[in-house]
Amino acid sequence: METLFFLIVSLVAIISAILVVTCRNPINSALSLILTFFCLATYYVMLDAPFLAAVQVMVYAGAIMVLIVFTIMLLNIRVNASKSQSHKIVLGSVIGFFTLLNTAVIVFKSRVALPNGPLTGDIIKQQGHTELIGREMFTTFLLPFEITSILLLVAIVGAVILAKKKI
Amino acid sequence: MLGAYLPILLLVIVAIGFGLVSLVMSSLIGPKKFSVLKMSPYESGCEPVGTGQERFSIKFYLIAMLFILFDIEAVFLYPWAILYKKLGMFGLIEMGIFIVILFVGYIYVWKKGALEWE
Repeated sequence: METLFFLIVSLVAIISAILVVTCRNPINSALSLILTFFCLATYYVMLDAPFLAAVQVMVYAGAIMVLIVFTIMLLNIRVNASKSQSHKIVLGSVIGFFTLLNTAVIVFKSRVALPNGPLTGDIIKQQGHTELIGREMFTTFLLPFEITSILLLVAIVGAVILAKKKI
Repeated sequence: MLGAYLPILLLVIVAIGFGLVSLVMSSLIGPKKFSVLKMSPYESGCEPVGTGQERFSIKFYLIAMLFILFDIEAVFLYPWAILYKKLGMFGLIEMGIFIVILFVGYIYVWKKGALEWE
């Protein structure tokens, strides 16, 4: 049952990912990308990581997609049908093929051993994924967490300076 | 374990189903009488001017950018809210510093008039 569900989600993910690069209208590509993000969120749920799934939907499918759609509308990309893009397709296919080959070799040749830390799958299920992430973030990684807020502050100032006509 | 997410799956199926059924039913049983006036794009009752694809003002982009940044701030609040009782005073001060730093950014945005529509 779970395998079947995984296969269905994978099929939807692959089809929507192909649509992202084949759609003529960039807005349609963006909508397909949202579907791909939702499929990734489903994978996170299946891997017992509901917090990451929620972040995936909220930040990627929500906020980042708004930014991408606004970028498309800002640049005013016209739907071009006539221009020949064959040299790009050939180059892209070659790069894509070798990347796939590389990934396939790594996946099939090496035996990836999961690191044996104190947090096994059972402990994560027992104590809760969000709680464990939070505990690490607010105690062990206290300084990086606080620095994140400064990073966001820099981004806020940068956005205002770049996009505002009169500061 | 995945059974807990069954309601969400049902919601997705109902949402997609509603859209599909509406489109299919209206194309099957809806009347099809077309005229030039009917097929022209609707622009608040005026004659259509130009194409539908126009360049948008950068002001929208700025609002979207600020939305993302404060959205990421909100994401950090979720694990903190779950651990609120366990972290106690320590967690409150920690999150307080985090919020205050971002609040400085909010005041900056406000004072620079980035939220104004000029």
